[in-house]
Amino acid sequence: MKRSGERVIEYGLAFSGAITVLTTVGIIWVLVSESWGFFSEIGLSDFLFDTEWTPLFTQKHYGILPLLSGTLLTTTIALITALPLGIVIAVYLSEYANKKFRKIIKPALEILAAVPTVVYGFFALTVVTPFLQDFIPGLGTFNALSAGIVMGIMIIPIISSLSEDALYAVPKSLREASYGMGATKFQTSFRVVVPAASSGILVSIILGIARAIGETMIVAIAAGQQPTLTFDPREAVETITAYIVQVSLGDVQHDSMEYKTIFAAGITLFILTFLLNSISFWIKKKYQEKYE
Amino acid sequence: MSNVSYNRNIDSIFKYLGISCTLFGIVMLLIFIGNIVTDGVQRIDWSFLTNLPSRKAENAGILTAWTGTAWILGLTSIFSIPIGVAAGIYLQEYGMKNRLARIVELNIANLAGVPSIIYGLLGLEIFVRVMNFGGSLLAGSLTLSLLILPVIIVATREALRAVPNSLREASYGMGATKWQTIWYQILPAASGGVVTGIILALSRAVGETAPLIVIGALAYVPFVAKSPMDEFTVLPIQIFNWVSRPQPEFLTNGAAAIIILLLLTFIMNGIAVYLRNKWQKKISW
Repeated sequence: MKRSGERVIEYGLAFSGAITVLTTVGIIWVLVSESWGFFSEIGLSDFLFDTEWTPLFTQKHYGILPLLSGTLLTTTIALITALPLGIVIAVYLSEYANKKFRKIIKPALEILAAVPTVVYGFFALTVVTPFLQDFIPGLGTFNALSAGIVMGIMIIPIISSLSEDALYAVPKSLREASYGMGATKFQTSFRVVVPAASSGILVSIILGIARAIGETMIVAIAAGQQPTLTFDPREAVETITAYIVQVSLGDVQHDSMEYKTIFAAGITLFILTFLLNSISFWIKKKYQEKYE
Repeated sequence: MSNVSYNRNIDSIFKYLGISCTLFGIVMLLIFIGNIVTDGVQRIDWSFLTNLPSRKAENAGILTAWTGTAWILGLTSIFSIPIGVAAGIYLQEYGMKNRLARIVELNIANLAGVPSIIYGLLGLEIFVRVMNFGGSLLAGSLTLSLLILPVIIVATREALRAVPNSLREASYGMGATKWQTIWYQILPAASGGVVTGIILALSRAVGETAPLIVIGALAYVPFVAKSPMDEFTVLPIQIFNWVSRPQPEFLTNGAAAIIILLLLTFIMNGIAVYLRNKWQKKISW
C-alpha cells in the first residue's frame, strides 16, 4: 500500500536526522570515557593547577594551564585583530556602503573564511612572521603573535557578516528618528543602530572566539609546539588543539597515557566551545527579535 | 571649528576608514595569493602532479595527495549527501512540531560549533578503533561526513523553506501523497539551493586537515590508494608536512601544492556562488 510506503520513508528520514544526535552522544561518550582513565590516574587538581604540561617527556607533568594559556593568548591576539576590523566593516557595509558595493564585497569577504586553514598557517609562517621580525627584534620563527594575527584575519568574516546581519535588521524608523534629531550618520550608527543591534554583535563576537579557540592548523604550523605558561606574544606557545595534532603525528599506542591525554585535552576544548556556544544561544534567544 | 562641521568631518573620516577596513582583508588575501603564486608556480609541472612523495624535494610530487583528496571527496559525498538531504527534508517537511525534530535542531546548531579536531577524536575512537577501519580512507571520509552533515542539513532546510506553500498545496490538490509532493515538486524546485549547500560543505571537507591527522592519515604514503580500506594522505596534510620541514625547497613544494588546493577550493566555491545566484533569480516566485 502507498500509505505504508510513506511511513517507511518518513522513518528513514527521521533516522537520518537522528544520526546527528548520535554524533553528539558519540562525541560526549568518547571524550568522557577516554579521559576517565586519565583523570582517575592523574587527578583533577593536578590537571587544573600544575603549571607544566610534559606528557611526552620522561619527567611527566599533566597540568593543562600552559595549553590553556597558549590557547587564550592566540585567541586574544586574534580577537584584538578581528574585532575592530570586523565591527567597522559591518557598520560600513550596513550603514554607509551602497548596495552594489555590498553585493560585490560580501562574497569577496566570505572567501576569507573559505580558504583552508593550513594555507593560513603557511601564510603566518612565511609572510607574517618574517614581516614582524623586521621591527620586533628577537621574535622567533614560531610565535603566538603571528599565528594570532592571521587567525584574526580568518575570523573577520565571521564577525563582520553576522554583525552586519544584526545591524541590517534594526528597523529604519530608529535611524530616521535619529536623523530627524539632526544626528549625522556616524552618530546614528554608533549611538542608535549599534546599541540596538548589540546582542547580535555580541553573538558574532562569541562565535568568533569559539572558532579561534578550536582553530588548529594555523597554530600548529606557526605558533610552535612548546607548552610554556606565558602571556608574552613573542614566545612560542602550544594550544590545546596543536597538542592534539602533535601527539597524533607520532605513533601512539592505544591505552597508553599519551593516547588518553589527547582526550583529556579534547574534553577541555569541547567544554570551552560548548560554553561559548551556549552563551551565544542564550543571548540570541533572550534578546533577539526585540523589534518584531 | 564648529560642532556641526566637526561631526561632518568625523562622518567622512569614518567612511574612508570603513572602505579601507573592508579592503584590508581582501588586500591581505591578494598579497598572500600573489606571494604563493610567485613562490610555487614555477614548481608546478606534469611530474609534480604525477610523482610519488620523496625525501628529495625536487623529486617529490603530489600524486598520492591529490588522489587521496579525490577519494575523500567521492566517499564523503556518498555518505554525507543522502543523509544530510534526508535529515533536512525531515526537519523542514515532517518534523515541524514534534519533539525529535526540536532536539535534532538544537543539536545541529550545537554541532556546527564543535571544533573540527573534536570530530577527529570521535573518528579515531569510533571508526578507527571500535569499528577497526584503521587510518583508512573509509574512516577519514566517515569522519568528515559527520563534520559536514550540519552544513548540508541547514542548507537543505533553507532551500526547502524558500519553496512557496502554494506549490505544496497544488500538488496535494492533485491527489499526490506527501512524499510524492516532496520528491516530484519541492525537491526539484529547491535543488539549486540544496546543491549550493552541498558543494560548499564538500569544499570545506577538502580543506580540512586536523581531523584527518587525528584519525591517523599519514604524511608519507608511497602508493596510490586503490580501495577505501587503504591508508591515505590528502593535499592539506601533504602541505602541512612540507611546511613543517626546515628546508626552503620543501616550502616551495608546499606553495605549489597550496596553489592546487586553492584552485580546487575556489572552483568549488565559484560554482556554488554561481548556482546560488542563478537559483535565487529563478525562485522569485
